[in-house]
Amino acid sequence: MLRRRRQRYLALKIVGEETVNKEDLMKAVWSAVLQLYGEYGASQVNLVPIEVDPGRNRAILRCSHKALEMVRASITSITKINEKPTAIHVIGVSGTLKSLRKKLLW
Amino acid sequence: MRRFADLHLRPSIRDLNQLEKMIGKSYELGYRLVGIPLPPDATQNTISMLRKICSDAGIDFVTRVDLTPKKSQELLMELRRLRRKFEVISVTCDSKPVARQAAKDRRVDLLSFPTDSRKRFFDQAEAELASQALASLEIDMAPLLLLRGELRTRLFSRLRREVEIAEKFNVPIVVSSGATDEYLLRTPHDFAAFATLFDLAKPLGLRALSGNPLGIVKRNREKLSPNYVALDVRVIKRGKNC
Repeated sequence: MLRRRRQRYLALKIVGEETVNKEDLMKAVWSAVLQLYGEYGASQVNLVPIEVDPGRNRAILRCSHKALEMVRASITSITKINEKPTAIHVIGVSGTLKSLRKKLLW
Repeated sequence: MRRFADLHLRPSIRDLNQLEKMIGKSYELGYRLVGIPLPPDATQNTISMLRKICSDAGIDFVTRVDLTPKKSQELLMELRRLRRKFEVISVTCDSKPVARQAAKDRRVDLLSFPTDSRKRFFDQAEAELASQALASLEIDMAPLLLLRGELRTRLFSRLRREVEIAEKFNVPIVVSSGATDEYLLRTPHDFAAFATLFDLAKPLGLRALSGNPLGIVKRNREKLSPNYVALDVRVIKRGKNC
């Protein structure tokens, strides 16, 4: 029987001059993953947006646990979204959404 | 808990607002010690002002000077003049003779190289000298975040080689932000993840952001203390009856 794929949930804090919506955030993250790891690498990350809250500049993404460092490095490399200087900080990582929310009190 | 340090925060020291913002942000991201490069003729007032801003933010402040000498003679003169004034001395090696002189001089703490991969002289000979003189290789992250395409690819490739050499010769690696604004600051774990792109393993990356820079600061503060005489020799008591 196939084993269930393990996942990691990443809590992000977006720091920028303007608020960032879900589409722009995912576009920036995918573009960073593709730039650093190419299409083959990007196919391994299984990136899914779980929650994006533009009002509070925070988001939760899910990725494959094996690709955690790849996603983290890609997120770190983002310096602009919509041509505006932006930084995205990973402020927490967890194996379940419940524990991530508990850890960060979200 | 691990203490993280960013030895190369580069705000404009004239812009008080930016200074406070970046120092506050560094604390928020998990750094507890920051090094800010100062001009060689920095006054005591400037240093006190920076120390105050940092202590208000809950961060330990380290004075640092970045030297960019054209010739090795110039480097020696600057080291003689500035070593006892600053806690950390970094040398940006623009030429091979300067790189070699900096690597073998015990007064140099950090060896830094330009982003142009043709001007990075950290080879095996350099590493051997640096390892004997206890100098560390500094890698700034800001250029890696800002560069794109071929230039970044070349830099990654060059850094991969340098990390390999540094590990072989036990030259400590120090990862710094090199940030000129708050958008170039990242958490230590994010920088460590990014450093895996040039084959610096995560535990080594974290050490390059904590143990290695903290070790340099501890060693230099000890040397600059009035009780320091020589290696392993300290003044433990002063007075007439000693």
